[in-house]
Amino acid sequence: MQSLLDISGLGFERDGRQLVSGLSFAVKPGEVLRIEGPNGAGKTSLLRVLAGLYSGYQGDIRFNDELLTSRCRPLLQQQSLFLGHSPAIKMTLTARENLEWLAALQCRQVSAGILEAALAQVGLTGYEDVPCRQMSAGQQRRVALARLFLAPLSLWMLDEPFTALDKTAVLELEGWINDFAAQGGAVVLTTHHDLTTVTPLQSIVLEGSR
Amino acid sequence: MNPLTLTGLCRALLRRELTVMLRSRAELANPLFFFLMVCALFPLGLGPSPQLLATMAPGILWIVALLSVLMASDSLFRSDFEDGTLEQVLLSPVSLYLIVLIKTLGHWLLTGLPLTLLAPLLALMLQMPSSGLVVLVLSLAAGSLVLSFIAAIGAALTVGLKRGGVLLSLLVLPLFVPVLIFGSAAVQRAVQGMDSVSPLALLAAMALLSLALAPLAIAGALRVSLDQ
Amino acid sequence: MWGWFHKWSSPRWFYQLSGRLLPWLAVLTALTLVAGVAWGLLFVPPDYKQGNSFRIIYIHVPAAAVAMAGYMVMAVAGAISLIWRIKLADMVMKCCAPIGAALTFLALVTGAIWGKPTWGTWWVWDARITSVLVLFFLYVGVLALYEAFDNKEAAGRACAILALVGAVNIPVIYWSVEWWYSLHQPASISFTGESSIHPSMLRPLILTIIGFYSFFAVSLLLFVRNEILNRERNTRWVRELILADSKV
Repeated sequence: MQSLLDISGLGFERDGRQLVSGLSFAVKPGEVLRIEGPNGAGKTSLLRVLAGLYSGYQGDIRFNDELLTSRCRPLLQQQSLFLGHSPAIKMTLTARENLEWLAALQCRQVSAGILEAALAQVGLTGYEDVPCRQMSAGQQRRVALARLFLAPLSLWMLDEPFTALDKTAVLELEGWINDFAAQGGAVVLTTHHDLTTVTPLQSIVLEGSR
Repeated sequence: MNPLTLTGLCRALLRRELTVMLRSRAELANPLFFFLMVCALFPLGLGPSPQLLATMAPGILWIVALLSVLMASDSLFRSDFEDGTLEQVLLSPVSLYLIVLIKTLGHWLLTGLPLTLLAPLLALMLQMPSSGLVVLVLSLAAGSLVLSFIAAIGAALTVGLKRGGVLLSLLVLPLFVPVLIFGSAAVQRAVQGMDSVSPLALLAAMALLSLALAPLAIAGALRVSLDQ
Repeated sequence: MWGWFHKWSSPRWFYQLSGRLLPWLAVLTALTLVAGVAWGLLFVPPDYKQGNSFRIIYIHVPAAAVAMAGYMVMAVAGAISLIWRIKLADMVMKCCAPIGAALTFLALVTGAIWGKPTWGTWWVWDARITSVLVLFFLYVGVLALYEAFDNKEAAGRACAILALVGAVNIPVIYWSVEWWYSLHQPASISFTGESSIHPSMLRPLILTIIGFYSFFAVSLLLFVRNEILNRERNTRWVRELILADSKV
């Protein structure tokens, strides 16, 4: 099968240290790839390079056979979602307002039905119009995760997605990742968490600078 | 799932900016109270003589309004940077130019514009002759827009730094010079009964120029602040 | 053309070229400065109004002119480094800031010293000196911003943006200050520098201006060479260079 994301000869440095060099891998539709490595090995940086937040890299990144430059990546921007350490949720806005605006950033207008269905999927039925300030950290995280269900996507890029989630929520998220992969989506994620139920799981290990 | 039209997008961006600001009322009121308090300090420092205050009022009002805009701008991108919103903004297929243009405009609507409307009241407290009031409001309306956009460049450059505040003023105060000169001169001329159309026209021209050009610099600066 | 451009922008090549260029520039600097200053101080007749105090223009005017030009060099180098991501341009931009700030400071100090005998006060809010003061503030902003960043690559790009914004604003600032000065024109001060200058005073001034320009070039080259060695200290050619040096 054709690969969705194709990385060849990728290298980058942070603060004068060469973290990654000559890294090549591919992610096919239906695959879940986990980036592993000790603290400071560049897991988050690698994800930020893939998402397009960090432009100081060498090597080629292809999405759907299209070479990405650090600026011009419209296809990736429309078909993928990057969730970083900070969930981009404004405390003063309600769940609905947050999600509507984040969808607008992707040039999409979401109907009330889709929005409520996405919130129901993450277990926040009835929280549509509650300001996020009044939610727990885990619930705020769930609001951010609801974005995964707002629009058809082909790639999820998740940086430590299990942070602040309780046991049941962790299992739920693992289930969503499985379902998404089963439907032909690809997932790239970093986590310290043991992904017990996610199968099949690919992984690449960053060793850090020596 | 419908694609969003350009006007729909602009409306969504502006509405969100205004909603976020309106829900944190303290941040909205602080620059206004700063404006009021610092203006009240001048008679205490200079003495209450009405003649002295009347001659200095245009300059005082303009300088304090300038500092208030500067203060308010420090937080322009900070919370968006801290909660990850800026990351999502940079990943968006929407033009960053448009997003920062609307964001800065929204910020001005709730900081620069209220300052402009408050200014006549403070002008009366500082014994400024009422012949200058209209020009004061007009000059501050155009001038504070320029100031907001210039300060936004500085805010975008310093957003990733731990101690942004004082640095921001070092970066943007020299750039405020022309606005201060034309703004306070316009009011002074109006007070003296002279024609102040030319400085007002210059301020308006600068406002249009900064609307067109500053978002380029703001967008570039945000990219630099996040791309490290 | 592009090959030439890339070769020229390689730090190593620049280091070698500048090494050959430096002695010539240094000699030019010394000759023009010594000749210009000696001519200006010893042989030009005193001014009928200001006596001997006007002679400070042989330092003041070139310092102010080169400080201004230095900001433009900085902005152009910043633009090149932003657009083409050329490391050398980034280094040039970074090195312009301290030199330019020092020259601006020199222009301010000599202006104040000149002001005392001429106007009877150390500081006058004259259009030209106010513009130089704002230029000094602009330089200080760039230096402060560069220092504030931990990541020096980001620092370079942030300063490049700031320098460009400053360069766009400088004409507006200068013009607005001129306008402001004409609005508040104090009648007692009507002295204007270059416009009424006598040709016998002008010739040594041209020499010192050339001297200051080449002084700027020399110090910029020295700063950039230093920066190259620092940033490329882990490359082979710099290691070989240092080894060769330590053997001598």
